[in-house]
Amino acid sequence: MKQDVFVKGAAHTPIIHDSAVKHVTGQADYTDDLLEPVGTLHAYLGLSTVAHGRIVSMDLDAVRKAPGVHLVLTAADIPGHNDISPTGLHDEPLLAEDEVQFHGQPIFAVVAETRDQARRACQLARVEYEELPFAIDAISARDAGLGYVTKPLKLKRGDMAEMERAPRRMSGRLTVGGQEHFYLESQIAFSIPGEDDEVTVNVSTQHPSEVQHMVAHVLGVPSNAVVVNVRRMGGGFGGKESQMNPFACISALAAKKLKRAVKLRPDRDDDFSITGKRHDFVIDYEVGYDETGKIHAVDADFYARCGFSSDLSGPVTDRALFHADNAYYYPAVELRSHPMKTNTSSNTAFRGFGGPQGVVMAERIVEDIAYQLGRDPLEIRKLNLYQNGQLTPYHQEVEDQILPRIFEELEASSDYHARRQAVLDFNARAQEQGGAIRKGIALTPVKFGISFTATWYNQAGALIHIYSDGSIHLNHGGTEMGQGLNTKVAQVVAEALGVSIDRIRITKTTTEKVPNTSATAASSGSDLNGMAALDACRQLIERLTAFASEAKGVPPELVSIGETVQIGQEEMPFEDFIKTAYLARIQLSAAGFYKTPKIHWNRDTGQGRPFYYFAYGAACSEVSVDTLTGEYVIERADVLHDVGRSLNPALDKGQVEGAFVQGTGWLTSEELWWDQKGRLRTHAPSTYKIPLASDRPKVFNVALADWSVNREATIKRSKAVGEPPFMLGISVFQALNMAVASFNGYRENPRIDAPATPERVLMAIERLRP
Amino acid sequence: MGHELRFLLNNTEIRLTEAGSRDTLLDFLRLNRRLTGTKEGCAEGDCGACTVLVGRLHEGRLHYEPINACIRFLASCHGCHIVTVEHLRGADGGLHPVQAAMVEHHGSQCGFCTPGFVMALYGLWMQNPRPDMLAIETALQGNLCRCTGYEPIVKAAFAASEAGGQHMDALTVERDRVAAALQAIPAERVEVSRGEDRAILPADAADLAQVLAENPKATIVAGATDVGLWVTKFLRDISPAVFIGHLADLKRIEIAEDRVTIGAGVTYTEFEPFLRQHFPEAEDYWLRIGGWQVRNAGTIGGNVANGSPIGETPPLLIALGATLRLRSAEGTRELPIEDYFIEYGKQDRRPGEFVEAITVPLKGEAKIAAYKVSKRHHADITASAAAFRVETDGATIIDARVAFGGMAATPKRATQAEAALKGQPFTAETFEAAARAVAGDFQPLSDWRASKEYRQQLAANFFRRFWLEQQGADHRLRRVE
Repeated sequence: MKQDVFVKGAAHTPIIHDSAVKHVTGQADYTDDLLEPVGTLHAYLGLSTVAHGRIVSMDLDAVRKAPGVHLVLTAADIPGHNDISPTGLHDEPLLAEDEVQFHGQPIFAVVAETRDQARRACQLARVEYEELPFAIDAISARDAGLGYVTKPLKLKRGDMAEMERAPRRMSGRLTVGGQEHFYLESQIAFSIPGEDDEVTVNVSTQHPSEVQHMVAHVLGVPSNAVVVNVRRMGGGFGGKESQMNPFACISALAAKKLKRAVKLRPDRDDDFSITGKRHDFVIDYEVGYDETGKIHAVDADFYARCGFSSDLSGPVTDRALFHADNAYYYPAVELRSHPMKTNTSSNTAFRGFGGPQGVVMAERIVEDIAYQLGRDPLEIRKLNLYQNGQLTPYHQEVEDQILPRIFEELEASSDYHARRQAVLDFNARAQEQGGAIRKGIALTPVKFGISFTATWYNQAGALIHIYSDGSIHLNHGGTEMGQGLNTKVAQVVAEALGVSIDRIRITKTTTEKVPNTSATAASSGSDLNGMAALDACRQLIERLTAFASEAKGVPPELVSIGETVQIGQEEMPFEDFIKTAYLARIQLSAAGFYKTPKIHWNRDTGQGRPFYYFAYGAACSEVSVDTLTGEYVIERADVLHDVGRSLNPALDKGQVEGAFVQGTGWLTSEELWWDQKGRLRTHAPSTYKIPLASDRPKVFNVALADWSVNREATIKRSKAVGEPPFMLGISVFQALNMAVASFNGYRENPRIDAPATPERVLMAIERLRP
Repeated sequence: MGHELRFLLNNTEIRLTEAGSRDTLLDFLRLNRRLTGTKEGCAEGDCGACTVLVGRLHEGRLHYEPINACIRFLASCHGCHIVTVEHLRGADGGLHPVQAAMVEHHGSQCGFCTPGFVMALYGLWMQNPRPDMLAIETALQGNLCRCTGYEPIVKAAFAASEAGGQHMDALTVERDRVAAALQAIPAERVEVSRGEDRAILPADAADLAQVLAENPKATIVAGATDVGLWVTKFLRDISPAVFIGHLADLKRIEIAEDRVTIGAGVTYTEFEPFLRQHFPEAEDYWLRIGGWQVRNAGTIGGNVANGSPIGETPPLLIALGATLRLRSAEGTRELPIEDYFIEYGKQDRRPGEFVEAITVPLKGEAKIAAYKVSKRHHADITASAAAFRVETDGATIIDARVAFGGMAATPKRATQAEAALKGQPFTAETFEAAARAVAGDFQPLSDWRASKEYRQQLAANFFRRFWLEQQGADHRLRRVE
């Protein structure tokens, strides 16, 4: 029986993040804040100082003799496998053996009384290398014949002869930069040895099961000897899906060797050097189109800087191809990925997982056509939008297109057409009168596929206990990195059980409670774990309802579980009812499970339905550019984004705003820069510039498409939100391009590469300046 | 001479007889006191996750300012009141208005940066009960958030100001007691050590000269916004270190009829009101130096003494014709500030000397301007910077001083460009000629901040900008209309 009573913290309500009060008071514990057992030691990593070389000799005597040092670890000390490749390709040693493959690769570890001692001891190593040729970027790696780190993908649909037949053709090259995650909490792991072969690892990770498997693999013990805990992360963004592995494994290895707790937290600079980032791409594309702006065919090669090992580069480069259409129908298409091996840290997952790089190409193609035809790019966008029933390059039918309505509403709410005219007028005046400021405006969409393309990852578990006092313990396989997953899942449970959210205690994620979990990634956290928790609630409700019905001789339809339990005419408080159920020996614990339906994917044929559904959105951004320096401000951004029926509109809006600004940072001020020796020189916030409060749009109107309901039976008909709005930052990128294009009367696309730093903007202006 | 570091930490009086010069406040808070609300995000003063308030007496008044605990040396906390997030309470013991606003406006997501934001906003809320957008954005220049996109944090700042309550705030209520406790700490030389590692706090400027005479190789530490990184990033030994940030006689700002003399220990923030009054054209430039926490800690004297080619104050001070006063136990000497910078990493500072003060002529009728460009507008290091001081008789340029940062191994005047201006008509053509001439002045490097070509283009464009601005037109980007 459905309850009509108000449930505090139910699904769809905008409640605050469960840890908000702890955050603002400094009482939220991160891994480095956990109480340390007596005798805790600290590990630090010694890193390669060349981009590629053979280790000729490694003299660690001075390291061993340094003050406070207890242990020095090298590859020879690893009892299990010296391999932390997340995809089982055995291409990523935990500690380098004979050969180092990038500047900053861990080659040894030191354990000392204090972190400072361990860090200083690392400096005393004397390592001689025979330096070998290296390649830092994807194109030079291709030219040097370094090959692929993993199998490439080809997507093909339609007759590519359409390219030849198209009335107009154009080709180009787009370089789109990488991105450092810059989670505010850097990587950290803190291991406590147990009896026998057991070890407990507290670690900042999005993927506890992965840590469990890696630590077991490195120690040479079964997975049941390893417990991995994470209460929360200080940000993840994909950077803690696999990149926590070296830190977790070294701390666990040291803890077992020394029988002491061991913590490993790299300095921010070392975190930058060791861990992988968003893949940067060089994309060579060709488009066939006609005078109306309709796209006939697209052909593209995606060269990605993958780093020295495969890590997650296979699925990342796959997803770049999956999103190379963004929201547009390509009648004929062929897309090829080239996951290039390079002598850099191994690039990895980052919000969007390759998708944004594909989307940037689609939007570049739209711009190219618009500038060639002298049209508003928005017209070209609308002309080429998918219609339901059309096939993507991977042969999935688009069935849930809602962008026409999103466009219509956003054009109205942002006053796009009048403002575009005002921008054109402003620039014309500036041209006449010699003003230094130019403006640009762009309205761009996103369509993003939701599901792990590795189909088996689309499963989740949850565990709910109701204790005999009526308090509820909620656990699931997802991890909390700020996105509010725990809050959302608790809301689902509160509503399903009809009880106040205050009854529900959210607990740390641990491999002890839910096994074989997937990474909290691919925006799938609440889709998967919410459903698993709902399944557990269903079991509990069924059991409790059957018990009440039987005990009171009332038909089950007349039983309703909630804060006030109704059994026929009788009412009793939840805790009293639970106590009764306990005394009657009813099982008050349930494990829930969920797997996403309908999806399948055949990578060999490049066909299937990898995505359960699509999430949509659009943004309109206006910028002003200082044409004497290339600097810019975002005058205004309007966003309309689709999260289906939002589980929590406040948290979802926070995801959209944060993703927009992060996406903007990726395409503007965030630049990774390696020197001639292959050393990353932008390795800390002093040199790597993520957006500040004063970089966000001056006027920022963010709305959720509150009319959208997921047509698939997802959790409460909501849609995933983590990644899709990241790509809305592309509107800023295109607006900058338009401001620059004003210098040649918008006759050609200036084709600024990403990131559009003030330097790139100014140099493009100088190129076009009459 | 004392051998004890003394300061207040929240409600606790701290006395330390053992401390090294390299000990940071952040490590002390987290490791020794288990005050783990203060986080380490970068260990270089660029992310603000470690923001705490430092209260200190200045001309008899107790001031609280946010600073970065990661690059604040413990020794320099002597005589201060350190306030961490754990000390924040509302009048009723619940959430402080700043905290409540952050919760209500969903200002935290992952929460790791949040205590730092709370402390920066707390500092703003105390100092400026009615901040506008510009004041809020300026106060948050030193705090990075990777989750929220900042919008809810800015909203929380406004909401906290609406909530008010400053008169009931713990630090306001306790101000006299705290001031008295700090005043009770004697102004004497203090030396503490851990093993060989020594930290010395002189009693006053004369004592500083004496300390340096005794320890000519000592590292002089003022705001530590650069020296902090020598320790946290390069693991350098700085012992013996002489801390001077507390010296009242280096903090004086004296205005005479035609000049201002700035004590070497004056922070960027302390000079800000004077800059706004006497050199308003440089205000935007000034607020692009570091973030708020860095400007609260960093000193003008340190920025000059350090000799970095990318420091912000040298180009401005050179263009304005400033002179530098150096002092040692032997006496003082003065020199034009541009002569101090000899080559990269080498300055005209002799063993035992310290920068005591900088004297800047007021601008009079001269036209001045200061420009900086960096990848990110705020809290970023200079790609190229320039300062102008141009005198005209209306039609002709009588004198021109133009100095650059980021263009050479030292901050440096553009002599060829200056020559193209001097004695020439005050016209667009003249500035165009100077824009061309500046190419001969510098051979800048390409690095991660900017390419050589970009730097050269910027240098030329600064002349064009200067001319445009003299025409009264507004050609700058603005955050607030």
